[in-house]
Amino acid sequence: MLPELGQFSLILAFCLSIILGSLPIVGASTNNLLWMSLARPLAAGIFVFLAISILILAYAFATDDFSVQFVAQHSNSLLPTRYKLTAVWGGHEGSFLLWTFMLSGWMLAVAIFSKSMPLDFVARVLGVLGILCVGYILFMLATSNPFDRIVPLPPAEGADLNSALQDFGFIIHPPTLYMGYVGFSVVFAFAIAALLSGRLDAAWARWSRPWANVAWAILTIGIALGSWWAYYELGWGGWWAWDPVENPPLITWLFGTALIHSLAVTEKRGVFKSWTVLLAILAFSGSLLGTFITRSGLLTSVHAFASDPGRGVFILAILGIAVGGSLLLFALRAPLMKSEFGFEPLSREIFLLANNVLLVVAAASVFLGTLFPMVYQALTDNLISIGPPYFNAIFVPLMGILVVLLGIGPITRWKKTSLVFLTSQLSKVAMLSVVLGVVIPLVIVLRFSFAATITIVLAAWILLSMLRDIKNKTANKPDLRSGLKALSGSYYGMQLAHIGVVVMMIGVALTSSFSAEKSVLLAPSESIDLGDYQFQFNGTLPVTGPNYIGDEATFIVTKGGNPVTELYPQRRLYLASGTPSTEMAIDAGILRDLFITLGEVKENGAWSMTIYIKPFIRWVWLGAILMACGGMLAAADKRYRRLRSRSEEKAVNSGRAGLRTAI
Amino acid sequence: MKNLRFYIPVSVFVVLAVVMWRGLYLDPKELPSMLIDKPLPAFALTTVEGAAITQQDLPQQVFLLNVWGSYCLPCLIEHPTLMRLAEAGEIPVVGVNYRDKQELALRWLDDNGNPFAFSILDEDGRFGIDLGVYGAPETYLVDAEGVIRFRHVSVLDEQVWAEKFVPAIAELRRENN
Repeated sequence: MLPELGQFSLILAFCLSIILGSLPIVGASTNNLLWMSLARPLAAGIFVFLAISILILAYAFATDDFSVQFVAQHSNSLLPTRYKLTAVWGGHEGSFLLWTFMLSGWMLAVAIFSKSMPLDFVARVLGVLGILCVGYILFMLATSNPFDRIVPLPPAEGADLNSALQDFGFIIHPPTLYMGYVGFSVVFAFAIAALLSGRLDAAWARWSRPWANVAWAILTIGIALGSWWAYYELGWGGWWAWDPVENPPLITWLFGTALIHSLAVTEKRGVFKSWTVLLAILAFSGSLLGTFITRSGLLTSVHAFASDPGRGVFILAILGIAVGGSLLLFALRAPLMKSEFGFEPLSREIFLLANNVLLVVAAASVFLGTLFPMVYQALTDNLISIGPPYFNAIFVPLMGILVVLLGIGPITRWKKTSLVFLTSQLSKVAMLSVVLGVVIPLVIVLRFSFAATITIVLAAWILLSMLRDIKNKTANKPDLRSGLKALSGSYYGMQLAHIGVVVMMIGVALTSSFSAEKSVLLAPSESIDLGDYQFQFNGTLPVTGPNYIGDEATFIVTKGGNPVTELYPQRRLYLASGTPSTEMAIDAGILRDLFITLGEVKENGAWSMTIYIKPFIRWVWLGAILMACGGMLAAADKRYRRLRSRSEEKAVNSGRAGLRTAI
Repeated sequence: MKNLRFYIPVSVFVVLAVVMWRGLYLDPKELPSMLIDKPLPAFALTTVEGAAITQQDLPQQVFLLNVWGSYCLPCLIEHPTLMRLAEAGEIPVVGVNYRDKQELALRWLDDNGNPFAFSILDEDGRFGIDLGVYGAPETYLVDAEGVIRFRHVSVLDEQVWAEKFVPAIAELRRENN
């Protein structure tokens, strides 16, 4: 009975979405206050009914209700409770419910934290989100109902959650990623609302910025979690594989990064308006594209859900209406927007434009590389695959240029910067960076390494020019402390995120250049050397878990005779599905990770295994965390709240003005 | 017509959408197995019951090779069709018990009935890999010379049987005569 209630609740949410997607938008253009004021309560209602739906699905998992097909396919009575509950997003149907639920959560947040915006704008934003909800819920009800029953003969036991998913990473990665992904729908809705009302002004940019920053920060964390999880769970020693399903979040992230920078220009200087709107649409399209690729079976990948062309057509229709429609709206309305101010060829605007161009080119190349195999197959009937060499060859140089510009951009001034000023500011910084880049690797490892030198030169370049900028910004205050206090939260957010870029760059460069690995066959009590470490294999013992059996190996790791750590990798067999799985053992450290994956036992009792040393790998994720903190800090800037009352009046006035020009 | 440039994004998108729509119908499942018109890979394994078996022991006539597992729900759905085919003696069915445990497989056959002449026990999935299996259930049509002629991924129900297998088998039998 309960699952039917869940479905009923989904249908109710659908009905509310239809109202939300129509009346408030019409109300906003006919100035019908009643219809506009429906938006907030409707958003709250949709949230409540979707919450009921997802809780009922979780309850079906918790109580092993295998008459629900989705539960029977993704759970098992032996599954630990935390995985039963999170198996809600262990398959296509449930994860789409989570996705839609997340969207309704963002809608509720918009409804609550939009007091500073005029009602017609809020009505349009929520209305656009309501239209998205209509599409998503209809998709679920029509093709992917998580509450479908198996009648008349429900199985006595479920097929179990994919063993690779039974892990802490599975509990946190999908919800975080979805939340970031879906957050860009909000920024998209702001952009569409602005296009509809013809009000693309500084106020619009200021309202959008905190939402864009928060969505971006959460997406950053979501992607980093996925990378970290893949690293320790899949046991192939990598942290990024350019997998077709990894790429759409990255594409979204790249567009999102361009967007948060472009929004800054639009807010501060009133230029790049149509470009900013376009980026908001593109970032959202990236998130929809991710859904489309994962769920349609368009591309085969480790992430792919069961493929079904019927679902693919449906998502493509949503994609076509949402993206095609908004791009058409853009084409019709964008020419009406005029930049309010000009700028010189050497100015902060130009550097931010360069940032945007580089990020968009990077996103476009990742997109091409992801879709090209499919296009190629469509044209020639042959299969090809595009691997990491393509992506690295394009992505690494682009990011290199971006990082060089990152050292200059923040120090430049709006509108016009003189070349003399820039050279006076940065020539010493540049020289010092080069010196540090050559000296530091020589001092530490006593040999010259091109990769390490480039990395340290770039890192020093950004950090030193950052210090220079802080010195400039605090120069007119009596002392450093009061100077630092006067700088805004969004300034600190920016610098923190840029430090995150440095940290991630160091991690990526050093772990790619200096990792070591060895695949060996070891019998108990044999040992092997890798790098400076000795790994002693002390045999295996059987282990039993709640839903698996396996073997656990013991390794003693020493460095120059001194004990470092002990590692216990496992080889498991999951009973319900009969799938084997390897649990790698990791000794994590800020300067290096050591890890071992256990393969299979051979006839003579020797085990195959792979041993890895990964220097600086933690820095990759640490960098992402710093970036996300920077984004959050910028979003929490006081002025978004302080300007509330004043901006409201201004917005209403400029809104009227904008409306007039649009008409 | 300076404003035409604002139509670039939507035009690019339309082209992409058409390509993606085409791409949807390039379902990887529809791709023929690499082994179509090639002989079954050689193997030396045991049956689920434990008897040694190699490719020499396969039927010397047209037969079905059905990949199944006790963990596989869709296998239960196609099971009645396989039972009917076996009981009616329409065509011999050989099973491949893919990535399963021997005792679970035996219990499954006991519980549900055994439509297979015998089932090849492929616990570690090696034979399945040689065969190019995506996952259970899959069914291969093999001719009297042991050459794979047709492959069907996912459930083999009465409709699939009538629409895909019956014509293919008629064709094969005509070739032989």
